[in-house]
Amino acid sequence: MTFVIAALLVAIAMTGSAVVLTHDPFRQTAMLGIYGLLLAVLFVTFQAPDVALSIVAVGVVLLPLMILIALAKIEGRSR
Amino acid sequence: MTRTVRRRLFLSAAAIFATVLLAGFRGLATFGEFQGAYGSLLNRVAVGERHATNVVTAVVYDYRGVDTMGEESILFGATIGVALLLRRTRGERERRFGSRAAVRSSSRSEAIEIIGLALIGPIVLLGLSVVTHGSVTPGGGFQGGAVIASAATLVFLTGGYAAFRRVDPIPMIDLAEGAGVGAYPIVGVTGLLAGSAFLANVLPLGRAGDVLSGGTLFVLNLAVGLAVAASMVLIVSELLEQTLAIRESR
Repeated sequence: MTFVIAALLVAIAMTGSAVVLTHDPFRQTAMLGIYGLLLAVLFVTFQAPDVALSIVAVGVVLLPLMILIALAKIEGRSR
Repeated sequence: MTRTVRRRLFLSAAAIFATVLLAGFRGLATFGEFQGAYGSLLNRVAVGERHATNVVTAVVYDYRGVDTMGEESILFGATIGVALLLRRTRGERERRFGSRAAVRSSSRSEAIEIIGLALIGPIVLLGLSVVTHGSVTPGGGFQGGAVIASAATLVFLTGGYAAFRRVDPIPMIDLAEGAGVGAYPIVGVTGLLAGSAFLANVLPLGRAGDVLSGGTLFVLNLAVGLAVAASMVLIVSELLEQTLAIRESR
């Protein structure tokens, strides 16, 4: 279990940095989704399923969707 | 400010921050060790006192129920803010979506349509289950409400904007939002009317492990589920309207 948690923490640190370092907003949003999914797995291993459910629904589905819609609006205007 | 000055400023600030952070980390308890007495106490008494097997829900909606009412109104305020910010302003016109332009218009892949359509029903059911079983199993009003809202976004992905609008008409969402946010303080006042404190758990507690257990927990979960689902659908719907339907008139 300690190994799983350690591996997850490293992966989350890496994807978190990847979110910040990605320049293209669309790729960044996809990365944000992966980051949220890994957080959800971490919360399950920490025996916090309530929090894991929240992050799946909000961080993986709704937040990326809101960002994508906003990006679509910006693209549509600049064209 | 030149680039080098900015970098030096950042590096010195980062060094100070790192020192303080590391000093703080050294004072932390070892990994996995929990020192708070409150959690262990609640774990022991919550099932007996509130007949709720999900102690998290018992804490969020009962022992700390007033905090959750505040959080719900924060979400409500944020939703109103988004709706105000994204409303149609002067100099913008709304594109009308006829019923014919609706379902098949864009270049969505059939795989997304089929999988999405197949998933909408089960996801709504899952959301309802998560809301109603809040006092029994992990989850509750917030989580279930967010799951239901994600099903609504699937309607947009598979059927397009017009289908989304038909499934989630704005007056209905507004009504659900208001009912959800309003029901919470009403449950609170029920406690006062019963001669106890605000938000006191005055309803019959039922049997631990049953769906209808936990007294007010069930009602409050329904209220928050309604409010959260409506809030998130409303936010997505306002964003979609702003992106797809509103054009600058020239």
